[in-house]
Amino acid sequence: MELTTYTALIVLLPLLGYLLLGLFGKKIFGNSSGLVGTALLLVTTILSFYVAYTYFFVLGNVNGVYQAIKPLQFTWLEFSPGMSIDMGLLLDPISCMMLVVVSFVSLMVHIYSLGYMKGEERYPTYYAHLALFTFSMLGLVLSTNIFQIYMFWELVGVSSFLLIGFYYNKASALAAAKKAFIVTRFADLGFLIGILVLSFYSNTLDISTLIQRLTSPDGNEMKTAVAASFMGLSALTWGLLLVFMGGAGKSAMFPLHIWLPDAMEGPTPVSALIHAATMVVAGVYLVARLFPVFSMSPIVLDFIAYVGAFSALFAAIIACTQTDIKRVLAYSTMSQIGYMMFALGVSGNTSETGLGFTASMFHLFTHAMFKALLFLGAGAVIHYVHSNEMKDMGGLRKKMPITHLTFLIACLAIAGVPLLSGFFSKEEILLAAYQKNMLIYGIALFTSGLTAFYMFRLYFNIFWSKPYESAHESHHGEGGFVMMLPLVLLAIGAAFAGYIPFGKYVSFNGEAHEGHMDIMFSIAPVALAIAGIGLAIFLYKKENEKPGKISASLGALYNSAYHKFYIDEIYLFITKKVLFNVIARPAAWFDKNIIDGMVNMAGDSTVWISGKIKGIQSGKVQQYALYFMAGIIGLVLLLVYVWK
Amino acid sequence: MNLSLLILLPLLTALAVLVVKKPSLVRIISFIGSVLQLGLAIFLYVAYSQERANGNFDTMLFTEQWSIFPSMRISFHLGVDGISVAMIMLTSFVVLAGVLVSWKVEKMTKEFYLLLLLLAMGAYGFFLSLDLFVLFFFLEVAVIPKYLLIGIWGSGKKEYSANKLALMLMGASALVLVGILGVYFAAGKENRTFDILQIVQNVQMSPDAQKIFFPFLFVGFGVFTALFPFHTWVPDGHSSAPTAGSMFLAGISMKLGGYGCLRVATYLLPEGAKEYANIIIILSAIAVLYGAFATMMQKDLKYINAYSSISHCGFVLLGIGMLTKTAITGAVMQMVSHGLMTALFFAVIGMIYERTHTRIVAEMGGLMKAMPFIMTVLFIAGLCSLGLPGFSGFVAEMTVFMGSWENADAFHRIATIAACMSIVVTAVYILRAVGQVAMGPIKASYASLGDASWNEKLAAIVLIIGIVAIGVAPFWLNELVTPGTEVIMNRLGVH
Repeated sequence: MELTTYTALIVLLPLLGYLLLGLFGKKIFGNSSGLVGTALLLVTTILSFYVAYTYFFVLGNVNGVYQAIKPLQFTWLEFSPGMSIDMGLLLDPISCMMLVVVSFVSLMVHIYSLGYMKGEERYPTYYAHLALFTFSMLGLVLSTNIFQIYMFWELVGVSSFLLIGFYYNKASALAAAKKAFIVTRFADLGFLIGILVLSFYSNTLDISTLIQRLTSPDGNEMKTAVAASFMGLSALTWGLLLVFMGGAGKSAMFPLHIWLPDAMEGPTPVSALIHAATMVVAGVYLVARLFPVFSMSPIVLDFIAYVGAFSALFAAIIACTQTDIKRVLAYSTMSQIGYMMFALGVSGNTSETGLGFTASMFHLFTHAMFKALLFLGAGAVIHYVHSNEMKDMGGLRKKMPITHLTFLIACLAIAGVPLLSGFFSKEEILLAAYQKNMLIYGIALFTSGLTAFYMFRLYFNIFWSKPYESAHESHHGEGGFVMMLPLVLLAIGAAFAGYIPFGKYVSFNGEAHEGHMDIMFSIAPVALAIAGIGLAIFLYKKENEKPGKISASLGALYNSAYHKFYIDEIYLFITKKVLFNVIARPAAWFDKNIIDGMVNMAGDSTVWISGKIKGIQSGKVQQYALYFMAGIIGLVLLLVYVWK
Repeated sequence: MNLSLLILLPLLTALAVLVVKKPSLVRIISFIGSVLQLGLAIFLYVAYSQERANGNFDTMLFTEQWSIFPSMRISFHLGVDGISVAMIMLTSFVVLAGVLVSWKVEKMTKEFYLLLLLLAMGAYGFFLSLDLFVLFFFLEVAVIPKYLLIGIWGSGKKEYSANKLALMLMGASALVLVGILGVYFAAGKENRTFDILQIVQNVQMSPDAQKIFFPFLFVGFGVFTALFPFHTWVPDGHSSAPTAGSMFLAGISMKLGGYGCLRVATYLLPEGAKEYANIIIILSAIAVLYGAFATMMQKDLKYINAYSSISHCGFVLLGIGMLTKTAITGAVMQMVSHGLMTALFFAVIGMIYERTHTRIVAEMGGLMKAMPFIMTVLFIAGLCSLGLPGFSGFVAEMTVFMGSWENADAFHRIATIAACMSIVVTAVYILRAVGQVAMGPIKASYASLGDASWNEKLAAIVLIIGIVAIGVAPFWLNELVTPGTEVIMNRLGVH
């Protein structure tokens, strides 16, 4: 079947690219590596669009309900009957949507990097790693088996590690790469144990079977999973919480978010692809993938909702204080993913309450467009001024007209200004929260005002504020066609993606979900967005004293937000002081001195004893005769004693 | 398939090495010999799979038997099941790689290769033996060369390490011997035999006797595979040994122990295994975590890999202690995986040391620039060690975890979760070490160092092929090993 071939090729072509560029990149392809990688990815993207089109409009919809299609599935590793890791391809609304997002953004980043990374010493390696990432991410979204997800999940993690640490001789890049990997690995420990728990009760690793078994309240599997309890929570709840822990790690949810800002050490196009549009939403995708099971446990859903909402607010506050433009965007990403998370958390599994699911996926889609655009725009700015700091920028709107315009569109979109994509998806999320939980709605509403504020703070600081002065006049201008084309294409996406009738295609159960916009409902968020933008205009359009005064008057609050609420320091304390000094160091000491000490003692004491008793073997006949006589007397005495 | 060929081949190669004079000839003969071994091992795998596919479900295939001491019923009895085939393939991969990385050994080249080949012969013989007496003989054959390899070609406090290793392993062998004799004499006078298959078939050993002799066998073999707290020969032994010595030690010798624990202790004394399973689990879970934490504090690359071996070999014993089919299959996979991976790790450490003349992690940095190939190999070894999918370590560890989780009680759960936690600790120490060595700013004195030579590249590629073949397509290894574990499970009578 051609769909099978095409879908398989979508995954395999990037893998081919990785192998080709990884093995022969330096020797054979050299400076054409980028073109090779981009060409392969172009084919992948075309195939992804084709497959998504075929799914949504030709094959997927049976009697008004989107069905999951598995064009391919084979057993990869069988543990016991029924329990096996299968490799397969799964087409359903969310995987097809992700196919489009991942391949499109990846293609944009590939093209953009042709200009941005030009002349880089490890240019072929860069494209090889990009291909590896794309392969892993596509494999992840197409997974049919929960262990398959876990495997690609880890591969995504390692490609992220490699790309964050791309400038490997920079100590800070190395530290950031390690941090990202280890923090997410810690979260993955939860994911792994969660898989063990869920698979134990459902007796399968296949996602669709697992969902089916753990959502039918009368089934045996479900009964035992709910009946078994540990510390007051059912096994099902524990399993889901642990799986969510994995998702929270990848998606940088509080308190596992600390790796994301540091991950900005990687090349900026990488941040756009991995740390904005695709990998960091893997956690959201994971929860969405298992949503039917999650919806069985209201405790877990509430937990997800609160974690998401808190992360959204927390990150937005920090974003208002950062001066490194990539870090502002990183916190903004964390905040927006928080929106997607809590949207899933407030969603239910009936057609009345299922809005949150659709909204979350919708926001994932639009966010990918405008956030990738923001990062690529930021990359162009950094490329131009050779700095990440706001203080080195300002007044760039004349120097970089295309970047300026596209960046503005993205800022308007993320701020939720009507008629742009972010407005539609954010409205849906707010509506879903409003229907379920007023507290979360309140947080979300306030955060959307903050979002508009910090985004326009960023915008004005880069493009307005003061006239641009620099010691060196930039020699390459705004960046060539290859860097501007992705900006324009993404800007089109960021502007118009909101008009896709998303609910028709993506919903928790495959049935069309009618979205309805309510003008009255939109008044509050839009007003807040405009207020946020207005405040930013007031403070940052022209360079002035006001921001400094305000931050000074906020004192401790501003300082702790500026220092990211000292979460990093807490982690450092736990790892350095506790793990290293309280566990690892004593373990190493114990091994060297106690255990090995006993071994040495055994050796030494043998030597000592033999030294003491070797005198017995003196070679003197008289002495031996003495021992002999003493022995005989002893034996006789013993014999007499025993006889009695 | 004639199994004795596998023992004869290294022996003949060793004899040929003994005859020739020129070091270059010694190398070439050893190389050809080890390539032939690899070919033979792969041929064995193919022949074995065909035989199974043709419906031959005997416990052991290709058996050969010559009586060598009829009055005590000792015979030279060889045969293989899937587990031994897997171990033999592992051995042949490591031997070839070990021969290749030793290409530059100038000191007493002939003797060096001779000992390597004798060690290989001992390992093949051990994995093929179906007679406890012969098996014990080969176990000893595999110990002696290690003492000399470390004592003569070693570095650092080599005398101390050689003594320690030899004495601890000899002590372990003594325990094994007591255990074997216990099994032998537990049978009635007419039934006394050293033959594994005969014991399984004809000897009804009382549960009490099993419980007495199981600890001797298990601890004895366990010492070989770094059973906590008898693991301290591992760090010193490995770090003092020459590169190929460490590779053989960690890649092959430690597997003798794991194989013995499974084939001899668990298979012959199932009641004993059940009695002590919980203790095994406790000790191995400690080894897994404690080894990992102890690794975090090591500064020398060889010590890092040695301590991480303690942690990784803990998975082997953990899998055995869990007494489920999946977990035991995972234990065997972990033996193969760890053997390949750790051999690769030691090989690459040797390559680095030859260039930088240091193994202290803090003294290195940014070597990716000077030696991209070697550093890529280091990354692969590290990623395999931390269980990245696509490499063998992931497959083996996950199989152990899944198998362990099948035991539903709290005790097993806690042990499994404790073992799972090592995946984080492993990531910490691997990234710290590998990151520090390969990445970061490079020292000026290292900038001009050269990359791998052809023999080093070939050695690394051989091992990487093994690692990836399991990591990408684990089903073949699973299919190979599972029938073997099923036999053991039937004997255990659980499930």
